Amino acid sequence: MSAVMTIEELRRGLSWRKNLDKVFVVVGLLILMSCLGLLALLFLDLVRDGASRFGWDFLTQFPSRKAERAGILSAWVGTSMIMLVTAIVALPVGVAAAIYLEEYAPKNWFTGVIEINVTNLAGVPSIVYGLLALGLFVYKFGFGQSVLAAGLTLALLILPIIIVGTREALRAVPKAIREAAYGLGATRWEVTKDHVLPYSTGGILTGLILGLSRAIGETAPIITIGALSFIAFLPDSPISGEFPFVNFAWLRSEFTAMPIQIFNWVSRPDQAFQQNAAAAAAILLGMTLAMNAVAIWIRYRFRKKINW
Amino acid sequence: MNTNVVEKAATPKLSIAMEERKALRANPAKAVAEKLDFWYGTNQALKNINLVIPENQVTALIGPSGCGKSTFLRCFNRMHDLQADTRYSGSIMLHPESVNLVGKDVDPIEVRMRIGMVFQKPNPFPKTVFENVAYGLRLRGFSNRTDLAERVEKALRGAAIWDEVKDRLTDSALALSGGQMQRLCIARALATEPEILLFDEPTSALDPIATAKIEELITELRQRVTILIVTHNMQQAARVSDFTAFMYLGELVEVDATSKIFTNPSKKATEDYITGRYG
Repeated sequence: MSAVMTIEELRRGLSWRKNLDKVFVVVGLLILMSCLGLLALLFLDLVRDGASRFGWDFLTQFPSRKAERAGILSAWVGTSMIMLVTAIVALPVGVAAAIYLEEYAPKNWFTGVIEINVTNLAGVPSIVYGLLALGLFVYKFGFGQSVLAAGLTLALLILPIIIVGTREALRAVPKAIREAAYGLGATRWEVTKDHVLPYSTGGILTGLILGLSRAIGETAPIITIGALSFIAFLPDSPISGEFPFVNFAWLRSEFTAMPIQIFNWVSRPDQAFQQNAAAAAAILLGMTLAMNAVAIWIRYRFRKKINW
Repeated sequence: MNTNVVEKAATPKLSIAMEERKALRANPAKAVAEKLDFWYGTNQALKNINLVIPENQVTALIGPSGCGKSTFLRCFNRMHDLQADTRYSGSIMLHPESVNLVGKDVDPIEVRMRIGMVFQKPNPFPKTVFENVAYGLRLRGFSNRTDLAERVEKALRGAAIWDEVKDRLTDSALALSGGQMQRLCIARALATEPEILLFDEPTSALDPIATAKIEELITELRQRVTILIVTHNMQQAARVSDFTAFMYLGELVEVDATSKIFTNPSKKATEDYITGRYG
């Protein structure tokens, strides 16, 4: 028998503590469910409103003055192309920055300032990136109101997300693995390219996709640099039938994007356009969820392959 | 229990200690630490260490936690250079060329290419068994398939793990058991034929059977390579080593033939430690 209390007191105290435990479970579940429920409700509402518009035609038709004939072809193609540019630019730059900060940079006040500012950049309002891009990419560099300018803008926007995500992934590689490689006589770059990077690919890709799913819904910076809301043509295809099989004309093309299209439709008085907006919003949300699902799948795959 | 150690170690008798002394004379010094000091920042972790590491012998470093034995071991392959704000003074001469391993003008990567290391926790790369062993060779520019395969096999045989993994060379090294992983790590270090092999408490994460295999392996390896081993386990030091150095508070208290240290240490501190009075 414990000396400080009787067995009855012990049991009474324990049951009280276990009840507190149960209370937390209930409260936590309630909060979680209400968040998820809200998202589900929103999604279902969009789907219901836009139900009449879903179909092949909606995806393959250009916008039109007649709501029932309008589609999102130019919007989703534009969004896809912008995402492509964003990914191609943001991934190498973000990963390189993260590698430098994590593996190479000496720990001093200067890198401290850089680190704090990288985190701060993630909190800069997206319209500010839009203004920067308007001055820099659109006018100064003369890219115009193009897919390229939009992609670069969104790349800037998600750089901090990729840098922070990549650094976390790099940091997750155990010190023991680095020591093993250094111990065999590897240089810093060899340790990074042969070990740290391959073992953190899952985390890096997850960061990239989370960044892209943030970028895909961004409206303000794209409006700022001048996306058009009505485009009845497609940019040139990036892949061509003849040598060299790639083509860069699409980069300079004018564009529209999903959020722009939604914004445009939703601001029209005609009820039919509201349905279009709802349908497009549901598709955009679906795209985001699909990207997140891919991120989760990649993370799962890599975790399964590499468990420390 | 600790008195047992003394008794067990006592069985080889003094005559063997004499032989070991002769061995010290017969085996030229592979490395000599002289007036070695080491600092983490302003904290001096090693103070005036003087120690001869005889060639093709096993030298054990023992001492209580925090006495600096791992710190000393890691000076030999300049592992400390990976950390900012660390400083060496004095020398560890590697013979026969007489290169100062901790010299400022000596490239730590060059040092690590000559001195192998096996760590406390088995740390295979999450790659295939083959690639783990081949990595050190690839760093050195070996790329010929058959040459690599031969060297990898030789290293795996050397680490007494070939029979267990010869059909699993393309499997992930992470699928091996803890003891196999550690022997794989030994093979990985052996593949590049290092001049000294450092063991940092190589069995502290292993069960007794895996430990016995590693100890047996260390005893065999001493034919080919000079070994320096840090261990917390005094029976282990008594079983595998030819010479034992006792460290305390960053200083080297005593070094002698292992049988001498465990039967008739000349310093009171050593005797107190090996009989379990502290540590």
